[in-house]
Amino acid sequence: MPGKLKVKIVAGRHLPVMDRASDLTDAFVDVKFGNTTFKTDVYPKSLNPQWNSEWFKFEVDDEDLQDEPLQITVLDHDTYSANDAIGKVYIDIDPLLCSEAATVISGWLPIYDTIHGIRGEINVLVKVDFFNDLNRFRQSSCGVKFFCTTSIPRCYRAVMVHGFVEELVVNEDPEYQWIDRIRTPRASNEARQRLIFLMSGELQRKIGLKVLEMGGNAVVGYLQCFDLEGESGLVVRAIGTACTLEKISTLTSASATHPSNSSPSKDMKEPVFGEEAPGIPLSSGPPTPLRVQTFSSFSPSKSYSRQSSSSDTELSLTPKTGMGSGGSAGKEAGPLKALLRQQTQSALEQREYPFFTLTSFPPGFLLHVGGVVSARSVKLLDRIHNPDEPETRDAWWEEIRQEIKSHAKALGCHAVLGYSESTSICEEVCILSASGTAAILGSRFVQDGPLDTDYRFEEVAPPGCGFCHIPYDELNIPFPAQLTYCYYCRRFKVPDVLFTTIDLPTEANVTGKGCLIQARLCRTKKKAQGEGNATAISNLLPFLEYELHTQLMNKLKLRGMNSLFGLRIQISVGETMLLGLASATGVYLTALPSPGRIQIAGKTPSDITYEQHISNMQKKINDTIAKNKELYEVNPPEVVEEMIGSPIPEPRQRSRLLRSHSESSDEVTELDLSHGKKDAFVLEIDDTDAVEDIHALLTDSPMPPGFYSCNTEIMPGIQNWTSAIQMFTSVRVFRLNNANLTNQGLNKIFSDLCENLLKSLYFKLRSMIPCCLCHLNFTVAVPEDELIQVAVTAVAMSFYKDQTLENGRQSGDKTLIKAITENDEQLQFNLELNAESSSSNPLSSTKGLSDVSGSHPSARAPPVDYSSFADRCSSWIEQLRLKAHTIRRGSVKTTSSLEKASPLPEGRSRSLQSNRSYSGSSVTVVKMTPLSFIPGAKITKYLGIINMFFIRETSSLREEGGVSGFLHTFIAEVFAMVRAHVAALGGNALVSYSMKECVFMENPNKNQAQSLINVSGDAVIFVRESELEATSVQPQSAATRETSNGGDGT
Amino acid sequence: MSVELDVFVGNTTIMDKEVYQLWLNGYTVNDAVKVRIEGGIMEECEASAEVLLSDTMDQYRTFQMCERLLHHPAKLANQLLFQIPPDRQAMLIERYYAFDDAFVREVLGKKLSKGTKKDLDDVSAKTGIMLKSCRRQFDNFKRVFKVVEELKGPLVENIRQHFLLPDQLARDYAAIVFFANNRFETGKKKLQYLTFHDFAFCAGQLINHWTVGAVDNMMDDMDVDLDKEFLQDLKDLKILITDKDLLDQHKSLVCTALRGKTNVFNEMEANFKNLSRSLVNIAAKLINAKDVRDFFIDLVEKFIEPCRSDKWTSIDVNLYLIHYTNSVHILDTFKHHGVWNRYMGVIKSCILRMYHE
Repeated sequence: MPGKLKVKIVAGRHLPVMDRASDLTDAFVDVKFGNTTFKTDVYPKSLNPQWNSEWFKFEVDDEDLQDEPLQITVLDHDTYSANDAIGKVYIDIDPLLCSEAATVISGWLPIYDTIHGIRGEINVLVKVDFFNDLNRFRQSSCGVKFFCTTSIPRCYRAVMVHGFVEELVVNEDPEYQWIDRIRTPRASNEARQRLIFLMSGELQRKIGLKVLEMGGNAVVGYLQCFDLEGESGLVVRAIGTACTLEKISTLTSASATHPSNSSPSKDMKEPVFGEEAPGIPLSSGPPTPLRVQTFSSFSPSKSYSRQSSSSDTELSLTPKTGMGSGGSAGKEAGPLKALLRQQTQSALEQREYPFFTLTSFPPGFLLHVGGVVSARSVKLLDRIHNPDEPETRDAWWEEIRQEIKSHAKALGCHAVLGYSESTSICEEVCILSASGTAAILGSRFVQDGPLDTDYRFEEVAPPGCGFCHIPYDELNIPFPAQLTYCYYCRRFKVPDVLFTTIDLPTEANVTGKGCLIQARLCRTKKKAQGEGNATAISNLLPFLEYELHTQLMNKLKLRGMNSLFGLRIQISVGETMLLGLASATGVYLTALPSPGRIQIAGKTPSDITYEQHISNMQKKINDTIAKNKELYEVNPPEVVEEMIGSPIPEPRQRSRLLRSHSESSDEVTELDLSHGKKDAFVLEIDDTDAVEDIHALLTDSPMPPGFYSCNTEIMPGIQNWTSAIQMFTSVRVFRLNNANLTNQGLNKIFSDLCENLLKSLYFKLRSMIPCCLCHLNFTVAVPEDELIQVAVTAVAMSFYKDQTLENGRQSGDKTLIKAITENDEQLQFNLELNAESSSSNPLSSTKGLSDVSGSHPSARAPPVDYSSFADRCSSWIEQLRLKAHTIRRGSVKTTSSLEKASPLPEGRSRSLQSNRSYSGSSVTVVKMTPLSFIPGAKITKYLGIINMFFIRETSSLREEGGVSGFLHTFIAEVFAMVRAHVAALGGNALVSYSMKECVFMENPNKNQAQSLINVSGDAVIFVRESELEATSVQPQSAATRETSNGGDGT
Repeated sequence: MSVELDVFVGNTTIMDKEVYQLWLNGYTVNDAVKVRIEGGIMEECEASAEVLLSDTMDQYRTFQMCERLLHHPAKLANQLLFQIPPDRQAMLIERYYAFDDAFVREVLGKKLSKGTKKDLDDVSAKTGIMLKSCRRQFDNFKRVFKVVEELKGPLVENIRQHFLLPDQLARDYAAIVFFANNRFETGKKKLQYLTFHDFAFCAGQLINHWTVGAVDNMMDDMDVDLDKEFLQDLKDLKILITDKDLLDQHKSLVCTALRGKTNVFNEMEANFKNLSRSLVNIAAKLINAKDVRDFFIDLVEKFIEPCRSDKWTSIDVNLYLIHYTNSVHILDTFKHHGVWNRYMGVIKSCILRMYHE
């Protein structure tokens, strides 16, 4: 059954002058979908035409609806000669095909021309009357929801995570077709833009089909990339994670936990410690009477006080009395657990690729992390002869995925999380890379069949450290690693360092704050052709990776940290060099041992000055470590007295070490002794590489005070965000004028380039201090022989200062309120509260609550055993949940607009909105962020995916302000278009934004430049928590409608 | 080795007020960097000169991109290219349209033509304001003038609405437009002691009382031109100096009122006829456009200077003008009270404002 697409062209404004004589324009509009075209009347002599057209109706297949973009062209009518095009608007109507996303597209959209940029705006209305198809053999997959977000989206719950979906579409690149020689650059650019729109539509549809086949209804962590292979064609490929999502309705959500505990707007002060509080049901199934009973059994706080007095070791071994349905956990769970793991494993093994593009997970999903797995391969491109059978490319990726899978297996893991794929192309050489984190998953989300609540507590290890425990066999370690008992639970083995590509699990126990760690490397290579070139590159790759790894390790130790999250290694190939950039967020995981020191040793003992030199260096390094520890507040909690007998006596020594670090170098020997069996990381200075390493270590300039940075979703140790966010993109291109550079020289240049870029960012954003640059995403490229291009996209987020000092009690009032509205996060709440204040507090008013927490002394000061906190506070959680329940009951969808930004709920208000924008009074503020959330706000609705591709070209580069002016304008234009499309969908923010491609080419001699940008993200409606609070009292009709919407998936 | 391309684009456009001011003042990027370094920002933010240069370039580029929007401030609010918070928008507009008193003093009353623009380098040299900044200010005047010229209704209100300027700035622009339209002479040496604000005040008086809009704002005509009818009527005031009886009567009335109230009574008495003649002659001549131009110079030469040479204080002048104005109403044969009041009200406040002791 086809759908009916309806389009109305309302008006235009700010049009360019097309007729020099009258300084006016005679504009009309061409509306095209598929092969059907409609035209509006000519609106003569106006720069602000009011067409107010009829509804243009297109009757089309749903397959076409998914593939084709709606193409709106604004033209200037010319009686005598051909009509001049003013510009175009491409509208992706996919969001309208899903019942839970947007219902209408309405608003001012920029009219874009690939040569002139934005030329005015057009007001359109687009609707789809869509009849759902029941044909089993259909080719369309309307209704499958797509999310760029790499976690379970905020207002959904994951019923099932089906797993990996991938698809790849190839075509010839219009830019390289013969016809390109005779057509204008504009025509060529437009052909390309349109083709990519078409291809991504097709890709999305095909992926959707796969999802439907798997029984899912959504794709999360959807990652679509373009490979501009030049002569050999154009590849559009996408990967994602198929899921079955269920909308969390307002009424049931109060008793069921939010599946994503990654939600970083959590307002507790510390990540969750300790046992999974029994009060938190892990299952996301519908609330059962049993569950309710579980709740009620918590109110008497007796059992908790008992539990809280026990040590954590005991805790996890003692079957919990207050556990209701989950009572069978504990020792008995041993065999069960093994069985379950087997089941999970087999369930996963049935799949071709047990990969997940998600980076943060619902509780109970992730059990253990093995480590980073990655694979690369170098390929020679040749022309794609038959676009309909992209087998070669498919086979390439298949190879890589198999390799990843086997790597994971070697680590004793059955799944790969945080999986991503990328390419780097230079001439006919292409490097394909894939990486992810090997892991063992819990059974709950990956297994079919009814969920058995008895398995809920299968994992005995506390979630704060459980994921660190090694998944592989201790006696059969796949790589050299030093294992120790977990510093947190003391029962399982953990590695000395942990590298992952995922986000830090929210429940993880972390000491101090995290920071961005980058390894940068540049290696020259000889110019070569074809196979020789490919071989040279593949020979270089392992060294590159090894060195990057070493650099990362050194820098990690220099910061006194022991784990990396969000690791992303990008290798970019140019004609004469290879660039490697590894970025990750360093964290001190409490469960892992303290990192060994970095020790410098001269290989051949020689004269005194040399010794002096070495000890100076050593001192410098030690000082830096000490400074970093202070900066990032990395003070591992001292282990309590009774622990002395434990097999790991380090902590005491470590504290001594810390003290002596700052002292003079003649203590080195003593230090070495005290270091005992700890592996000191020895850098031998005779080695030229080592000198370089040390140099690289010490040249990383410290961040200015008030700044933190990370490349993950959230910064460990900072939760108290203000609502001030600033997303930005910065691009730099550096020209190496000196062709004969050594590796070392190149390295320094590259490293300085990145450092300087960061410094500029800090300076630019100084008004936001205290602030954290989150999701710092660096992309490097070698656009030409002697050029290095670095692009950064990130979001700067301010946080409340007091929190950095002492857990932000001062703002407790506010945060508590926030936390209550966002009841999904009660889990993390507990830390704010301590035993004394727990059971007796009345839940009458929020004020009362906040008072208590406000008066509560810092939880941080004494070295407390945090694990007991959770239990002590669980009755609190329940209170809060009740509280949240009442608030939640009539909340979520609100109209109140304190700022103009907040959009109206759709339906009744949509018309209002279109009226508003029609009158052209003001522009909706649209926030953009690479993160999956907006601090201090609740995402109430996902409107659909935004995936846009733009080309801009100029032949008057100087006149447009040179290369910088040109690219600056273009990026600003892309942002503007993204914002406009989000607003037209009725949204006020774009989350999980990413700029996946930013290609820039110039030819200054010809005064020309061309740039391509591909951006994507999820359009959402968010509501400020303060507004939620204010309006939550009266129930809204919108909320109930929302609920009714919740059920119908596909 | 060089940075070939360097851009920073925020979802919300970041603009530094300080750099904006430097840009407005016409500094080059390098000079602006120097100024910023001298301001101590490097120590404050641990930044290097390189970082400052990059930031300054970037900001300058942003301002240049914004400039065409600033020419039509109303567009700034509903354009999509830059996401700028409303308070920032207001700041951008206000500062863009702000001007230097020294500069405006030079071009006040001049025709806003290409010729004048060509002479701006002289103005720049004389005032020490950079040519770039002079050009911006001049273009602002011209732009406002062009837009308002065609519009009906109250001048200040029109400016405020079309250029989204704060009240005081809109008033100042009204004065500039008014002066440019009527081509009042302000550059003569004798007028040099007057500031822009003196003139702006006078312009305000003239706009509020002597234009067509002042009497009837429903009128189609605008605030920019003086009320021709009124100017015509002013000729009737001549009777005050041509009728000998009337003049004497007027003088005695004023002198009676003033006696014993001022230290310069003798001078007042002696100069009465001269001063009265001057004021009435100014009024009578205003019907000629050329004499309108000389309005301020006439006031200074014919009234203010004589008083000043006799060492009148402002209080004296005020007192004199009050009685001079009011006494006319006691004259039996004088019929033009309305015109007289409308004329003298403005004259009095202008003179008082222009009378610097």
